[in-house]
Amino acid sequence: MSTSMSTQSLQAKISAKNMNFYYGKFHALKDINIDIPASQVTAFIGPSGCGKSTLLRTFNRMYELYPKQRVEGKILLDGKDIHSAEQDLNLLRAKVGMVFQKPTPFPMSIYDNVAFGVKLYENLSKSEMNDRVEWALQKAAIWNEVKDKLHQSGSGLSGGQQQRLCIARGVAVKPNVLLLDEPCSALDPISTARIEDLIHELKKEYTIVIVTHNMQQAARVSDYTAYMYLGELMEFDQTNTIFTRPSRKETEDYITGKFG
Amino acid sequence: MKGLDNKRYMRRKFVNGLTLSLSVGTVIFALTFLIWILWTLFSQGFSYLTLDVFTKMTPPPGSSGGLLNAIVGSLYMVFFATVIGTPVGILAGTYLSEYGKSGWLAPTTRFINDILLSAPSIVIGLFVYEVAVHSVNHFSGWAGSFALSLLVVPVVVRTTENMMSLVPSTLREAAAALGAPYWKVIVNVVYKSARTGILTGLLLAVARISGETAPLLFTALNNQFWSTDMNQPISSLAVVIFQFAMSPYEDWQHLAWAGALLITLFVLGLNILARTVFRQNQSHS
Amino acid sequence: MDTYAPSAVLNEQNIIRESISMPNSPQNKNIGATLDKLFRYTTMFFAFLVFILLFGIIITLLVGSLPALKMFGASFFTSTAWNPVTIDFGGVVPIYGTFITALIAMLIGIPVSFGIAIFITELSPNWLKRPIGVAIELLAGIPSIIYGMWGLFVFAPLFADHVQPWMNDNLGALPLIGALFQGPPMGIGMFTAGFILAIMVIPYTASVMRDVFEIVPSMLKESAYGLGSTTWEVIWNVVLPYTKIGVVGGVMLGLGRALGETMAVTFVIGNAHELSASLMMPGNTISSALANEFTEAVGDIYTSSLITLGLTLFVITFIVLSLAKLLLIRLSLREGKQS
Repeated sequence: MSTSMSTQSLQAKISAKNMNFYYGKFHALKDINIDIPASQVTAFIGPSGCGKSTLLRTFNRMYELYPKQRVEGKILLDGKDIHSAEQDLNLLRAKVGMVFQKPTPFPMSIYDNVAFGVKLYENLSKSEMNDRVEWALQKAAIWNEVKDKLHQSGSGLSGGQQQRLCIARGVAVKPNVLLLDEPCSALDPISTARIEDLIHELKKEYTIVIVTHNMQQAARVSDYTAYMYLGELMEFDQTNTIFTRPSRKETEDYITGKFG
Repeated sequence: MKGLDNKRYMRRKFVNGLTLSLSVGTVIFALTFLIWILWTLFSQGFSYLTLDVFTKMTPPPGSSGGLLNAIVGSLYMVFFATVIGTPVGILAGTYLSEYGKSGWLAPTTRFINDILLSAPSIVIGLFVYEVAVHSVNHFSGWAGSFALSLLVVPVVVRTTENMMSLVPSTLREAAAALGAPYWKVIVNVVYKSARTGILTGLLLAVARISGETAPLLFTALNNQFWSTDMNQPISSLAVVIFQFAMSPYEDWQHLAWAGALLITLFVLGLNILARTVFRQNQSHS
Repeated sequence: MDTYAPSAVLNEQNIIRESISMPNSPQNKNIGATLDKLFRYTTMFFAFLVFILLFGIIITLLVGSLPALKMFGASFFTSTAWNPVTIDFGGVVPIYGTFITALIAMLIGIPVSFGIAIFITELSPNWLKRPIGVAIELLAGIPSIIYGMWGLFVFAPLFADHVQPWMNDNLGALPLIGALFQGPPMGIGMFTAGFILAIMVIPYTASVMRDVFEIVPSMLKESAYGLGSTTWEVIWNVVLPYTKIGVVGGVMLGLGRALGETMAVTFVIGNAHELSASLMMPGNTISSALANEFTEAVGDIYTSSLITLGLTLFVITFIVLSLAKLLLIRLSLREGKQS
């Protein structure tokens, strides 16, 4: 199936063109064509194992950490092929931030966690760095909670705080795109609500792609939604459309809970 | 029928009781020897563990003295062996953990390393004799250190790999997602997460070589006098204990017991320290 | 990085990002990639170093053995001679001693290790598991030279005074195996060496057995208990069959240790180059012969003969430890498939 699904009016930030993905011999993503609109929140939904996380992880070539995983086809970021020889892998990843299912604070202080990515590419003075760390923590709506303990270990925070710290860490390097891989799956409802508020805030400045197994969350936070099933992209449209008048029967069944 | 069943059941119960008692017996058996050996060491060695042991040189036969040159020689060799062996072990372990997912080198090296971990240390001594003593025609502290470092490496490789493998892959991904090149991911994030575990391995390795005698017998040899020249034969606590304990002189035997107590306290102390460090780290995370 | 498609959305963040000086010239990219490669190849080099160490040991010892092997050929492994004066050497006595002491160690060590592993995994109350485990592992921490001293000065005299006479009287009269227990009560000898080796290998074997017993799924054990089995029946009929590969692996690991152990044996074996039927008599092992004689060996053939013994020991332990490792790998592969 190769329905090219696009979002006509908007500029595409990330595009996949006839993209296939393999775990060894397993064909995990089949002929994906998608244009992720810039400065919008796009959600990937679908039953577990449908390939939504896999798709997300191709956008920053995270899969390349593992020898048996490979991509065929093209992925474009701002119209440029991310697999081309000129594209430096690390610079690509610096431009595309990622937040994971479980919080991943590094074994260092809160301050150093946020400064970690910044130090990789920018040579800032002490005060500039202080400003940047504060700015990122403000953006992630966690500054007020941690400003008095910046030099304590990040692992001492609660799960929700840790996840916001990780978002701050991702934001600090000023990427264009934020990939969120089920960022709330390990969090309680209150922390989840705070992260969702944060996504609303951040979408003004970033292109956000979020993978979620929670349909209500997709409906709440996203502008566009892609429904995936068994490695195929079944339907991609405005979130409103997907949730009210999906064009495919399969999508409707999943949305209405008849299946999955 | 009922009587038969009952008899059968009684027999099963008896076998069960007997074997489980034997199991308790084996634990008592092993603990008895642990306590017995430690008790022997204290009762024999403690009274000879005087200040002289730490301030005087090893004496000629039939006179009293101390173990200063042997203690210092041991410390020198253990120190250099650790300094040589640790980076080798950590880097090799890093390869096994981080880059060893494909290819033949990592699984083969892992296998060989596990064999070297249990290989007879006296054979390591023979190897170093051929390579570093025979070829230059004299025994030396460096040869001893080299032999000990070959015992450090497998321990460090093993623990480094194990501890780095315990670091969740999402942490590596999170660092890579910020644009960190992989070597920085390893150095700044993976090593940091695994550092207490690696330190534990290092302490265990030091504990292991501190008590080693066999690989020093024909590498560092021994030296009755004060020497810190690593190019010359050098004394070590373990070899002096061996020589003195096997001698017919009472003074020497007393010193051997004092040295034995000293070396055991040091080695067991390191073992316990390693465990404490590791446990504290585990309860933290 | 700085050549965005002209149509790219340029929001505030993009502008900030581009104004920051990024190391984006091709030159800098290369440095990053080079460092990555450099680190990778450095770690690979050291892994390779560990890999070739094994071959380095074998080749070096082989070269050292050549003079003796040239002179005696295969008869080195069938001759019991050991005469520095006539320069006639054979390896049978120390090789025999190595195997016999290790065999004694295993006969005593296996059941004891098994009992300890059962106690820790199945019988011990939770609060006692850790202290017992630590105490057993401390046995492995005691330096081997200490075992040797203790064996020579404490164990051997007691053994000579109280156990050996009894063995002489009661076991020595038995047909066939009686000869094993006859001899003057000296305390030192092959049996004493084997016994001390047993204590030394217990922590290694017991810890492997404990680890493999712990992987038995509790559902499997519960099903057997559910049928009314006693604890022992569960251990013997469920736990042991389920883990037998690993148990054998643990035994082989202990055997590898026992074969190569040097100092403890050197103290108590008596260092005699004689083949005797009785286990109560002094003997020799490869490692104790090396420890006792190597530095005093005069002449190329004498030294080379000792190195040949060392090579033999290394090859034997290599085979035994490889088997141990392969068995344990097989067990963990099976585990991996199941889970």
